[in-house]
Amino acid sequence: MRRAASAIGLHATAIVLALWVVLPIYFITLAAFSTPDAVYDYPKQLLPRDVSTETMRFFLESEAVYGALGRSVMVAAVTLVLSLGIGTPAGYALARFAFRGADTFRLTIVSTRAFPIVILSIPLAVMFLRWGIDDSVFGLALAHTALALPFAVLVTSSVFAGISVELEEAAMTLGCSRAGAFRRVALPLALPGLAAAAIFVFLISWNEVFAASILTLRNPTLPAQVLAVLEQSPLPFRFAGGFFLLAPSLIVIFVIRRYLFNMWGRVIR
Amino acid sequence: MATTVAERPTLSQRVGRWEGLPYGLVLPTLAFLALFFAWPMVQAFELAFREEGTWTLEHVRTMRDDLRFEEALGFTLLLIAVIVPLQFLLALGMALLVNAKLRLRGMFLYLFLIPLAISDLAAGIVWSAIFTETGYLNTILTRLGLIDFPYIWLNPLEKHQLLLAVAAAEIWRSTALITIILIAGLQSIPRDYGEAAEVFGAGFFQRVRHVTLPMLKPSLQVALLLRIILAFEVFATVIAITGASTTVLAAEAWRWQEQNQNANVAAAYAALILVLSLVAAALVVRVLRTSKEQLLR
Amino acid sequence: MADVSFQGVRKSFGKIAAVDDVDLDVTDGEFVVLLGPSGCGKTTLLRCLAGLEKVDTGRVVIGGTDATNLPPRRRRISMVFQSYAVFPHMRVFDNIAFGLRMQKERKTEVKNRVQSSAELLHIEDLLDRYPAQLSGGQRQRVAVARAIATKSDVLLMDEPLSNLDALLRLEMRAELKALLRQLGATTIYVTHDQVEALSMGDRIAVMKAGRIVQVDSPLVVYDDPADTYVGGFIGTPPMNFLDATVEGGRVSVSGGTLPLANGAGDLSGRELLLGIRAEAIMVEDEPSENAIRATVLVLEPLGSHNLLTVRSGKDMLKVATPPHLFRPVDSDVWLRLEPERIRWMDRATGDAIAARADPPVAGALVDPP
Repeated sequence: MRRAASAIGLHATAIVLALWVVLPIYFITLAAFSTPDAVYDYPKQLLPRDVSTETMRFFLESEAVYGALGRSVMVAAVTLVLSLGIGTPAGYALARFAFRGADTFRLTIVSTRAFPIVILSIPLAVMFLRWGIDDSVFGLALAHTALALPFAVLVTSSVFAGISVELEEAAMTLGCSRAGAFRRVALPLALPGLAAAAIFVFLISWNEVFAASILTLRNPTLPAQVLAVLEQSPLPFRFAGGFFLLAPSLIVIFVIRRYLFNMWGRVIR
Repeated sequence: MATTVAERPTLSQRVGRWEGLPYGLVLPTLAFLALFFAWPMVQAFELAFREEGTWTLEHVRTMRDDLRFEEALGFTLLLIAVIVPLQFLLALGMALLVNAKLRLRGMFLYLFLIPLAISDLAAGIVWSAIFTETGYLNTILTRLGLIDFPYIWLNPLEKHQLLLAVAAAEIWRSTALITIILIAGLQSIPRDYGEAAEVFGAGFFQRVRHVTLPMLKPSLQVALLLRIILAFEVFATVIAITGASTTVLAAEAWRWQEQNQNANVAAAYAALILVLSLVAAALVVRVLRTSKEQLLR
Repeated sequence: MADVSFQGVRKSFGKIAAVDDVDLDVTDGEFVVLLGPSGCGKTTLLRCLAGLEKVDTGRVVIGGTDATNLPPRRRRISMVFQSYAVFPHMRVFDNIAFGLRMQKERKTEVKNRVQSSAELLHIEDLLDRYPAQLSGGQRQRVAVARAIATKSDVLLMDEPLSNLDALLRLEMRAELKALLRQLGATTIYVTHDQVEALSMGDRIAVMKAGRIVQVDSPLVVYDDPADTYVGGFIGTPPMNFLDATVEGGRVSVSGGTLPLANGAGDLSGRELLLGIRAEAIMVEDEPSENAIRATVLVLEPLGSHNLLTVRSGKDMLKVATPPHLFRPVDSDVWLRLEPERIRWMDRATGDAIAARADPPVAGALVDPP
């Protein structure tokens, strides 16, 4: 009898917690998909009644949002390519070779997390101005890469560490060079993990607000743009903006949910 | 399923043409971080503590004398003091739940971890939709018959209400990170210990206190470190929910850079944030020190 | 097929010498087993041969070519790993074909060789499956098939049977031995299981702390161990060793005296160890001057024979008896040691002493000073 009661309690708590997470998302979706008038309504509708895409359209068609959206995508894409392009070889080296300085290197990478984005982006703003890449997609991507690179190194390192060394050794005894063994054996097996890491890097860049706001002026990314006009924006704009910022994250997390746990579980060490 | 830091089998470095291969692979990362991380750090300190080629505390003084400084510092520290303990309890609960015999465990895990991908700006907007005068909280309360008139939650004059609103949003958004770290930690604790405790008569809460928590210490330490450092960066949530009614350190740094065009004072704020983060981190490491012997590797 | 030669090979990791000055010659087509406990250097030696470790000093010669500085792919070797290392992202067919494809063989040739290798290992029905769908034993067969498909000169095996359960291991041992005999491949096989070594090898190289202590045929290693280490490692149960001296024409041990065998005359005045295998001790019920007295401590009925643990004086001995011979615990028995099976070791060094007129084949017997 007690077992049943505690099982019910367990599930009840789980449901309450799950609701706590999900309800706010539900509400903002509701608000974003109602008519602009309904946004000002009080009390609000708690169930989807008059679903309308008017608010969303109002947001998308408003000045600069469309451009900001495109820039967010581009910055995230460049960040992804740079972080993984630079970070994967380092991750592989950490996983496969016991070279002198490996521990120091790893420690350095981990300790970059102690430095807030705030203290990184302010001098970057000054530096980029001097170099002429301020207010540019490429400049912001460089800043985001500085943020995401340590993450990429650690995750790729643990992805490769999870692939048995003997597989590459076997390939080498069967006629592959070291590069060949990497290409034919390690890389295909690492691909799912690397893809999940790539997607998460994309997300990190997509969500980033502080550096995006400081390092852009006339060419903002979506979060920077929303932040800039937030205080003067009418409610429908805010809500639609909130939903828009949220939606890709939800989709992405759903897609990579199986790797999420593995990824974070390893990086933390 | 214990994760160990121990030796992993490695490829022999000296097989193959180039012995320096690992260094070559690592070099681009080091170079990039040196240029776009280490160098800016140095620059940040120059911005904050130098003016016209000499070392000075002028910018620090400007920061300190600013009207909003005290409020920013106080609000930041208060926020952290409120948020961190609460969300650790919440995260521990969620982690224990997921680790226990729960049906549809995968679904609950996914749901609990959704906020991992949500930016602080989005979270701020979402909760402003809840707390705003015509928002969902008031709607629910009205429909439940608990209030007659919409309550002004985000009253600029009631700072403690603003604090709670921001805290709610931040806890909602950032607990997932701690949850996932704790789940990883829990999974590496062998079941045998809990079962042995149960055989010897320990109830659930006793098991948690005497077996789970001590073995979870390393994960708790990591989670706490991470969370505190991130907490000092709280920024867009505050702006989204409270506008200019209240402020935190990171928001002030942003304002001095963006609106006042003063990179020096902004850097001073940034340096302050860094110092506070490091002090807090050092405290955490000290308090949650796990001796090697206790780790049973 | 090729012969293999290790010449003065040394390999250290940090301060520890995993392989310490090893010389070994393996002839074309021979099956040599590297045997020893973990940490003795056998796997490291194998990996040096494979090219997966670079030797610090010395040479590795394969088929007359100095392979010391060659990468694995240029060494004409194949290898079966302890964990099998079967590629999880490829089907069985592609796994077996991998080496052939690296050699750029024609498609029909690849197909034929994969087919014949698979048939030799009885896995021709599994060619389309992925390794995740196979049992451990099946994956092991894939690993072996993959290694033999390339028809390389030397076949290396690193404890290929140790991850199998006991029954499967027994079956695979025989199957593998027959297969490799059929192929006539030069094989270097690493194991810590001395039964496996005795069963499969043409010669066994017993290793300890990075060195080869004795390399010889299974029979010689079993019957004429080079020292107490080998005698104690090989055979189930290990060889019995008793402190002994030769005085007044007889052998003196803790439990009594025994007659001296022919040719052992030069041993008087030395501190010796008398080595005797469990099955070379006969149990008698009547005292005699050819036997020493002992008390039965434990009797283990093992089906095919009984294993007695007895105490004779201060020595504990294992004695193997026919399955119908039972003696109660604490009863006295008399042990007669077969003289031709007695082996003499120097008590201080543990090394064997040649005490017969005609020492057997090769080996590493040490002449008395």
